[in-house]
Amino acid sequence: MSAPAGTVALDEATPSSTPGAVTGGSEPAQHGSKAHSDGGWSLIPVQTRSERFTSADPGAFAAVTGFEPAWKYSPVAKLRPLIDGELDGSAIEHTLEKSDEITVEWIGRADARVASAGLPEEKASANAWSSFDQALAITVSGEEAQSLTLARSMLGGAPRAAHTVITAAKHSSATITFLNTGSARLSENVEIVLEDGAQLTVVSIQQWADDAIHLASHFARIGRDARLKHIIVSLDGAIIRLNTSVHLDSEGGDVELYGAYFVSAAQHIEQQVFVDHVAANTKSRVTYKGALQGRDARSVWVGDVLIRQTAAGTDSYEQNRNLLLTEGARADSIPNLEIETGDIAGAGHASASGRFDDEQLFYLQARGISEQEARRLVVRGFLAEIVQKIGATELESRLAEAIEGALVHEGALK
Amino acid sequence: MSVLAISDLHVSVETDQGVKKILKGVDLTVNEGEIHAIMGPNGSGKSTLAYTIAGHPKYHVEGGSVTLDGREMLDLSVDERARAGLFLAMQYPVEIPGVSVSNFLRTAKTALDGEAPPLRAWIKEIRESMTSLRMDKTFAERNVNEGFSGGEKKRHEILQLELLKPRFAILDETDSGLDVDALKIVSEGINRAKANTGLGLLLITHYTRILRYIRPDFVHVFVDGRVAEEGGPELADRLENEGYDRFLADASIA
Repeated sequence: MSAPAGTVALDEATPSSTPGAVTGGSEPAQHGSKAHSDGGWSLIPVQTRSERFTSADPGAFAAVTGFEPAWKYSPVAKLRPLIDGELDGSAIEHTLEKSDEITVEWIGRADARVASAGLPEEKASANAWSSFDQALAITVSGEEAQSLTLARSMLGGAPRAAHTVITAAKHSSATITFLNTGSARLSENVEIVLEDGAQLTVVSIQQWADDAIHLASHFARIGRDARLKHIIVSLDGAIIRLNTSVHLDSEGGDVELYGAYFVSAAQHIEQQVFVDHVAANTKSRVTYKGALQGRDARSVWVGDVLIRQTAAGTDSYEQNRNLLLTEGARADSIPNLEIETGDIAGAGHASASGRFDDEQLFYLQARGISEQEARRLVVRGFLAEIVQKIGATELESRLAEAIEGALVHEGALK
Repeated sequence: MSVLAISDLHVSVETDQGVKKILKGVDLTVNEGEIHAIMGPNGSGKSTLAYTIAGHPKYHVEGGSVTLDGREMLDLSVDERARAGLFLAMQYPVEIPGVSVSNFLRTAKTALDGEAPPLRAWIKEIRESMTSLRMDKTFAERNVNEGFSGGEKKRHEILQLELLKPRFAILDETDSGLDVDALKIVSEGINRAKANTGLGLLLITHYTRILRYIRPDFVHVFVDGRVAEEGGPELADRLENEGYDRFLADASIA
């Protein structure tokens, strides 16, 4: 990607980083390491991610103004009903396809599995948390690889809340896929608990109707030597905000967080990722890639990585890439890295947002491929890196087709 | 018989220091089945000629023409030129993430022929070409140029030359950066493509060593955006011994 477009910024966090321990990306003197001459700089509070308030009670959060770090990139006015309004917490209809050693049941709010992976960090998440009647518990056991696909469609236009708890028992292995289609106005929390040695892949695909609004918080807690692969693919829906927080609080935990998004005119697709390295020798890889086209197509990616003092030997890398296909699209990309120990294996971040690479187009066209076809190949290839991580051929090709369809649908590729 | 004719070609590029003239009246005619070597010192305009013929947007044609059997190529888009029968093997091919070699080759072949190649024959053809270029089978599933070594990139370019079957190919410093074994393999591929399709070749090179494996019919020496001297293969031998100093001295006097 060449010339940067959209906005690429580093702000929010003032990490107590350890120079020399950071790999990837050249770093001049830490921005903000000394006060500006205009004064007043020291009045800005330190915003370390570890100090962010958490509560399951929406009343415990101050009214959302839209200036908060968690909300400043979001179209808050359009989200009011989900942030502050009353939510229908009744069970959400779904269809299931699953293998034998996965159980699915509705559990009460008092069940011990609820709140086992995390707590809301913002008001909309807390609003959903306080509104659901029963939580859907998905439990994986055994040691053979299991799979489950949960499809939700036609949730309707009324504001709703949902809560899901996925538990992967010790040494179990599974792929859990959520397919979201149809209309929706949904705020939900998804808890993901990996017990020791579990291997879990969670895939969430958003192909909602054009007017759908979806707020989601995924919380994951990773057991000793457990491994989570988490993939979100967001294609359709008016507003999708899917935030993932992962706590690596046992040794040897390993996460790969992937995201692919295609944003069309007037769409808002946002993802705030938080990786919390608590235990020693944990590993994280975060890769989000998006393509944007059309007027007011907007994507937001915030990637917070916190390496705590206790997390010696951490190996971490996060990156976000955006391909801006037309004028009028905007990608915000904000990687934040906080490092509280010098004893790490590696930590790095990268962000690049740019237009089409003319040299790629030239190369393909020089082989006889038309410009339109060349653009399609490049965009499909750009997002394929993420989509291919799903590891389910049929689903992958369906998504690749959907991405191409979006390109053709929009037509004007220049 | 097909003819690629370049006449009085003037080309400039925009640089930080303003517009710079690179080609200052190039005349060159390549007939089907002929091999023309274009040699010259760095900065003489060899690569500019290659990219201008292919239609790279960075190069501005100030005057002149490039015709293929009388049809003006300079009016066509990059992909139209390729479909007319031109091919450029690039010195620094770009990576295309997420696009596999096999997908890329099939898409290009389909675009050039106007229809998808018959699957079984096509796969066999790819396999044979890859084997003769000593390319591993897994190569087809890798992403285009991603993580390729210098030698792999050049073999991939020649693989395309063999499979896409252009009428005229311009090879831009295909020999640079290759060790002697890779150079032999790549040269064999080029000779094979020529034997199979009878294409015309413009071989751009800084060094003479590739000419030990690919015998040119004509040698043109490029200096300061023009053809300074032309001759047969013996001219290459002379350059091997004398270098370009003789021409550079002339250029600075002029």
